[in-house]
Amino acid sequence: MSRSLSPLIALFALAVLYALPAIAPRAMVQDLFGILTLLVLAMNWNLLAGFAGLVSVGQQAFVGIGAYAMFAAIILMGLDPLVGVVIGGIAAAVFAVPMAFFAFRLNGAYFAIGTWVVADIARLAISQWKALGGGTGTSLPKGTAKEMAFVDGIKEMLDVSTAAAADALTYWLMLSLAVAMLVASYIFLRSRMGLGLQAIRDNENAARSVGVDPLKLKAAVFLLTAFATGLCGALAFIQITRVTPDAAFSVIDWTAFVIFITVIGGIGTLPGPIVGVVVFYALQRALADYGTIYLIVLGCLGIAVMLFARRGLWGLFTDRTGIDPLPLRHRPPRVAKPSHSA
Amino acid sequence: MSILSLRSVSKSFGALKVTDDVSFDLQPGEALGIIGPNGAGKSTLFNLITGNIAPDQGQVFLDGRDVTRTPPMQRVVAGVGRSFQIPQPFGDLTVYENLLVAARFGGGLGGREAGVFCMDILDRTGLGPVAEKKAGGLSLLQRKRLELARAMATRPRVILLDEIAGGLTDGECVELVATIRAIHAEGTAIVWIEHVLHALNSVVERLMVLNFGRMLMIGAPDEVMASAQVREIYLGIEA
Ligand SMILES: Nc1ncnc2c1ncn2[C@@H]1O[C@H](COP(=O)(O)OP(=O)(O)OP(=O)(O)O)[C@@H](O)[C@H]1O
Ligand SMILES: [Mg+2]
Repeated sequence: MSRSLSPLIALFALAVLYALPAIAPRAMVQDLFGILTLLVLAMNWNLLAGFAGLVSVGQQAFVGIGAYAMFAAIILMGLDPLVGVVIGGIAAAVFAVPMAFFAFRLNGAYFAIGTWVVADIARLAISQWKALGGGTGTSLPKGTAKEMAFVDGIKEMLDVSTAAAADALTYWLMLSLAVAMLVASYIFLRSRMGLGLQAIRDNENAARSVGVDPLKLKAAVFLLTAFATGLCGALAFIQITRVTPDAAFSVIDWTAFVIFITVIGGIGTLPGPIVGVVVFYALQRALADYGTIYLIVLGCLGIAVMLFARRGLWGLFTDRTGIDPLPLRHRPPRVAKPSHSA
Repeated sequence: MSILSLRSVSKSFGALKVTDDVSFDLQPGEALGIIGPNGAGKSTLFNLITGNIAPDQGQVFLDGRDVTRTPPMQRVVAGVGRSFQIPQPFGDLTVYENLLVAARFGGGLGGREAGVFCMDILDRTGLGPVAEKKAGGLSLLQRKRLELARAMATRPRVILLDEIAGGLTDGECVELVATIRAIHAEGTAIVWIEHVLHALNSVVERLMVLNFGRMLMIGAPDEVMASAQVREIYLGIEA
């Protein structure tokens, strides 16, 4: 029953999410955009830390570089913001190469601190970029949203203001990025490389001794997640419309929240970030009137989960119920038993 | 040409010389046994062959190619499979998946072919019934079998087996020897470290004795076992 029901529920939820700009107030669309941003970041961080064992605290480097590359594409090169988003992803991936050369020399806690340091160096370097406002940052030129591809069409279709149409577009793109991340992660983790990663996670020494190259696999994950994180950062700042080094390279906004979401939902599980982001959103709504108290509650919840449920709420759920709609297990092939004569 | 050659390989841990000027050649399809007291440096020799440990001196050759600086994963792809004396399963993966990693990376197999290949090995090593169990939940005996099975799944041309017969009942030991003979019959070269001498000697064509890191003797098993020196070392260990 639940087996046939869960894809239906997922499809229904997805349809509602896609229809949201047509049926919900603009503030809610903006709200959910922020949540989806965190979800995409969390899925990437989960791949890094939960599957590749790379506990990065420097993901804000890719958000910031993605955002700034997008701004540069618009302001300095006059390109469409959506092209700018792609450039943002590429710029982040390119930056990940030298960053990996440095950070991969470090292990465990040193890797975490190393990535953080690199991200901060990137922030300081970008602060020197006078053409993009230096330390005080810059805004998207007026009319950028209006001239963005597809905005006119959406405006007519939904019968809304230009600004709302731009919000709808970025929202749909972020939602699609989240869906694409989920599908891509699933395919990746079930692939040969994903299997190798799980082996490394269990026992790196033994993995080497059966032919797995840990460095190669980890580097691949590092670069791919840098690309997706860059895309996500660029897209996020189209909606924010203003960028400063401090906002774009914020370790709290782009990494700390993301870590909590992933840990609460279930690190090293595919649906973990989704569960985590739902909990995060629910807490934020429920405690909205109490200011930043939700951060304290979130922190306590995170600590409780780390102590009592290492694989998060999703891990608890699958352990209790045995339900796992996105299994990563490889099943043996069904063989027509040959009669063993030996 | 020899499939595996060591030339004057030495290794020390601090002041302790664990491998002392060891040289030997292994022919394709040959089975070599290694014996020696605890701490003689047998497992270290395996780690030097697989690249898990780098030698201080000397070279390791595979098919005549110097692999002394080649990392372990590339040596696996080149045809060296190994088991660990202390089993190192991928605990969160199933037994089947443990083999699948080995077959897809070390063995270079893909898709369904890899799956069928792994199931065949599981059947041959008696692990078929626990194929879908998590490897972390296996008994020590099953873990040792998994070490053998996973090494086989890398499709080695030389397989290195480190004490896989200890603690088996007579029946189980007979089964294990049959499995290893079958691997040997398929043309795979074998280097087998074992304290259970009757099992070892029923498979290998040559026997090497290590003592304090030095290669004391290498030759036909009965000649080696007849040597006074070896009897002296083994007195009290194996009557
Ligand atoms: N990584 C290491 N660091 C320091 N000393 C080591 C290391 N590995 C092995 N040794 C030491 O080297 C010596 C040889 O160890 P090795 O495991 O090769 O012996 P062995 O012949 O396999 O013994 P056993 O029959 O007990 O398995 C031992 O004294 C051991 O304590
Ligand atoms: Mg040993």
